[in-house]
Amino acid sequence: MESNFEALAEAWPRILDGLWITLQLTLGGALLAMVIAVILGLGSRLRNIVLRGLCRAIMEFFRGTSLVVQLFFFFFVLPQLGLELPAMVCGILGLGLNYGAYAAEVVRGSINSVPTGQWEATTALSMSKSQQMIRVIFPQAWALMIPSLTNYLIHMLKGTAIVSFITLADLTYHTEQLREQTDTFFAYGVSLVIYFVIAYILTLVMNALEVRAKHRLGRGESLREALTPKTPETAAVEGGRKV
Amino acid sequence: MNGLWDWDAAWAVLPELLLAFVQVTLIVTVLSTAIAAVLGLFIAILRMSVPKPIAAVITFIGDFIRMTPIVVQLLFAYWTFLTVEPLTIGIVVFGIHYSTYMAEVYRAGIDSVPKGQWEATTALSMSKRRAWTAVIVPQALRATVPALGNYAISMFKDTPFLLTIGVVEMVRAGLTFGGNNFRYMEAITLAGVIFLLASYPTSLLISRLEKRLAYNY
Repeated sequence: MESNFEALAEAWPRILDGLWITLQLTLGGALLAMVIAVILGLGSRLRNIVLRGLCRAIMEFFRGTSLVVQLFFFFFVLPQLGLELPAMVCGILGLGLNYGAYAAEVVRGSINSVPTGQWEATTALSMSKSQQMIRVIFPQAWALMIPSLTNYLIHMLKGTAIVSFITLADLTYHTEQLREQTDTFFAYGVSLVIYFVIAYILTLVMNALEVRAKHRLGRGESLREALTPKTPETAAVEGGRKV
Repeated sequence: MNGLWDWDAAWAVLPELLLAFVQVTLIVTVLSTAIAAVLGLFIAILRMSVPKPIAAVITFIGDFIRMTPIVVQLLFAYWTFLTVEPLTIGIVVFGIHYSTYMAEVYRAGIDSVPKGQWEATTALSMSKRRAWTAVIVPQALRATVPALGNYAISMFKDTPFLLTIGVVEMVRAGLTFGGNNFRYMEAITLAGVIFLLASYPTSLLISRLEKRLAYNY
């Protein structure tokens, strides 16, 4: 038991390096995925059938071919076509495109479920197309889409564990190294706990975003109110909301 | 050999990919889905029948399994049970991992059964066991069939993770071919095409099923 912790202390700086790679992939992939999701999600609502069909085809393509296949395509096949990308870029591209396609469906679905009255109101106020989307529709859809996006974010974090196959020394890779010095249970236990903690923090951040998004729509308490401990009196009035 | 796409290489690698598809990918998907479906239901019912603190522990374990990478879980099981066939480990780990998702689906399904149904089982003085098996579960399952299908598809697309424990599934077979022939293009592209051809029609079928089941209420 003693030697397990000694080995862990000795390997800790490397594990932190691996953790940094994992975080870079997760956050980089998430940003790319969000951009792709918004573009494809909005694109699949266009009236122009060619553009709409194109967006849907891209979505189905990246959803239907496995994440690992895409990662390996960027890493192994693109060099054969004369385009050699750094492994980190391959990783972020693969994760971002795959989960971007999934998230695009969420974006599309959430925008579609914003009540029709909101669209009619923007017309009544003679807002321009971009104003409609930016000021009225998207903020409401955003609050709806966060829970599903959180799921995909966790999936993305879990998906990064494969990147040692494209030469990136991530958290999983360094766990494998640690296993050689400690018992299996200890090494993977440490790794699973680290992944769980990251996933948990990401979930909390996304929940905070959701509270904020809802508050800005005038529904529910603000983030500060949600975070302050409630006295019995304030808790009684429905989570601090004024009745 | 320098062209963008080499049909000879494509024809050479295709049988290997299809063999891996049938021998590994399909088998893992089918067996693990079966494990996940049964175990998930068991977990969901267990969680509702035990005292709250124990239910909280079960929920935490479920969350832990669901929020940590299946790759690490596969490696963990692989190095812990060295004498067990990697394919078997893969089937069991996939089954357990996805059972935690399925448990959530079942929970939602069970919650969606109207409260009156429970009251009716009490009124008819049914035993707990009979209430579950004859009244609640059959109604809850209806709503969960499409979700089960969707998780089966997502498991299907996750099977390449098995290559981390040395199982020769499609992507591993493709990589080996690519490494031996210095051509990854055909092998990896074809693996992707096979995934797409198998998963896209299935997901269309499931969304049709979803609509049919939803409107019948």
